[in-house]
Amino acid sequence: MTAAPLNMLVLPFAAIGRSLIGLLAAIGRVARFTGLTISRGLTPPYYPARFAEQIAHIGWFSLPVVGLTAVFTGAALAQQIFTAGSRFSAQSTVPAVVVIGIVRELGPVLVGLMVAGRVSSAMAAEIGTMRVTEQLDALATLRTDAYRYLMAPRLFAAILSLPLMVLVANAIGIFGGWLLAVQKLGFNSANYLNVTRRFVSWDDFQMALVKAAVFGFFIALMGCYHGYRAGGGAAGVGNATRTAVVSAFMLILGSNFLITAMVFG
Amino acid sequence: MAEAKIVLDGLSKSFAGRAVLDGVNLTVEKGESLAIIGQSGSGKSVTLKCILGLLQPDSGSILLDGEEIVGAKGARLERIRAKFGMLFQGSALFDSMPIWRNVTFALTHGQRIDGARMRKIAEENLERVGLPARILDLRPSELSGGMQKRVALARAIAPRPEIIFFDEPTTGLDPIRADVINDLIVSLVDDLGITALTITHDMASARKIAHRVAMLYEGKIIWRGPRDRLYDSGNPYVDQFVQGRAEGPIQ
Ligand SMILES: Nc1ncnc2c1ncn2[C@@H]1O[C@H](COP(=O)(O)OP(=O)(O)OP(=O)(O)O)[C@@H](O)[C@H]1O
Ligand SMILES: [Mg+2]
Repeated sequence: MTAAPLNMLVLPFAAIGRSLIGLLAAIGRVARFTGLTISRGLTPPYYPARFAEQIAHIGWFSLPVVGLTAVFTGAALAQQIFTAGSRFSAQSTVPAVVVIGIVRELGPVLVGLMVAGRVSSAMAAEIGTMRVTEQLDALATLRTDAYRYLMAPRLFAAILSLPLMVLVANAIGIFGGWLLAVQKLGFNSANYLNVTRRFVSWDDFQMALVKAAVFGFFIALMGCYHGYRAGGGAAGVGNATRTAVVSAFMLILGSNFLITAMVFG
Repeated sequence: MAEAKIVLDGLSKSFAGRAVLDGVNLTVEKGESLAIIGQSGSGKSVTLKCILGLLQPDSGSILLDGEEIVGAKGARLERIRAKFGMLFQGSALFDSMPIWRNVTFALTHGQRIDGARMRKIAEENLERVGLPARILDLRPSELSGGMQKRVALARAIAPRPEIIFFDEPTTGLDPIRADVINDLIVSLVDDLGITALTITHDMASARKIAHRVAMLYEGKIIWRGPRDRLYDSGNPYVDQFVQGRAEGPIQ
């Protein structure tokens, strides 16, 4: 008689407890994976060719996408500030808001998300396919450490490329705002650049670069980790790919907020 | 009396509570060629993966040259694995690199070294499995399944290991190619003195390449004997299996 209502009371807590334990276990697994990747990656043998290949994949081949995103976002931002600002004749804030908005937030976050969409998914699919087709087993029997050979070059390349890409994206984003302001909104080019120069701060760039490195870390980590743990054929690889992208997005947005809150809070 | 190269003793492995291996006892002697037969899903590939340390057995022991290797890690595991070559059932070629890099992977460990010499080694090993040098620069995905299998075979033999595991070396090959592979395995064992453990569903191949045959059934080795006894083993399970009959003790 009493068992049923008691169960009703306990069940939700049991469910919460289970998912909490599951979450903790997952965090533990990711932490272990990260530790192994970094410690093995820092000890020989090194794979410089793999690293260079990953720089090309992550950085170089993502540049067109990143550049386009940045130029459109910079221009759209300029237009929005101009329209909103004209209600209280504050159009002159356009260059300042563009530079601050792009450098502090939009540059790093948009680059992070674009590259996560491109790269986390590709890494998870590639490594996941290697898992389900036993290529990872073959690698082990051929005495090559997957952490050194596959994971570390990806992780280190992403941590290094993302800041460089954010630098480029910031420059292109500011250029997009300038282009629209001068060509369409009738700003004076020299004035616009003057204001821009005054509002560009080295501190903001530093924060953007730190954010970018953190995003790069999460992008590669999620791609590699979920690929490594893939199982169950093509469907398993599909799952791994989806989970990698979604979790990279969450980690990017979450860590972006934390860093912003820490610096300005 | 020949010395034992690999000794499996009470090897057990379950997946999600289902026992796949349930006390496998098997000895492979040095320089011997042993074939394992058994139904699909009976745990043949799992047995090889336990020996290679790719799967951890739940219990039991594996002796390699008299040394216990279950649970080996780090440098010791590397040293153990250096003795083995493995042909995976699904080939497991690295599809991101050309054939010649695949074949020489055990020598380069993925480093971009010694290009010219490695190409030469790749060419020689491909020749042994009957493949032409023109495929050196192709990718695995550009080859047929049977060709991939032979490239994987070339990759397994390239470092001339002491022991080679062949997981279904002739599956997916035409009868002529299959016989080329049979001859290759025989010559590896007879001429180079390697120890070979071959999983096969191909009875003609088993009779040609193996000195002895063992049958895995319901997680145990239920029969082992010399190859000429394969067709008169006196064991109803082996009889049914080698004759491919649907009726019998195996359901
Ligand atoms: N990594 C794994 N996780 C879960 N189950 C597994 C795993 N590897 C193998 N199994 C299960 O173990 C059993 C034996 O698999 P195994 O690959 O050894 O079969 P096999 O004897 O090689 O068959 P085949 O002749 O078809 O290759 C199968 O039922 C399989 O589902
Ligand atoms: Mg198998």
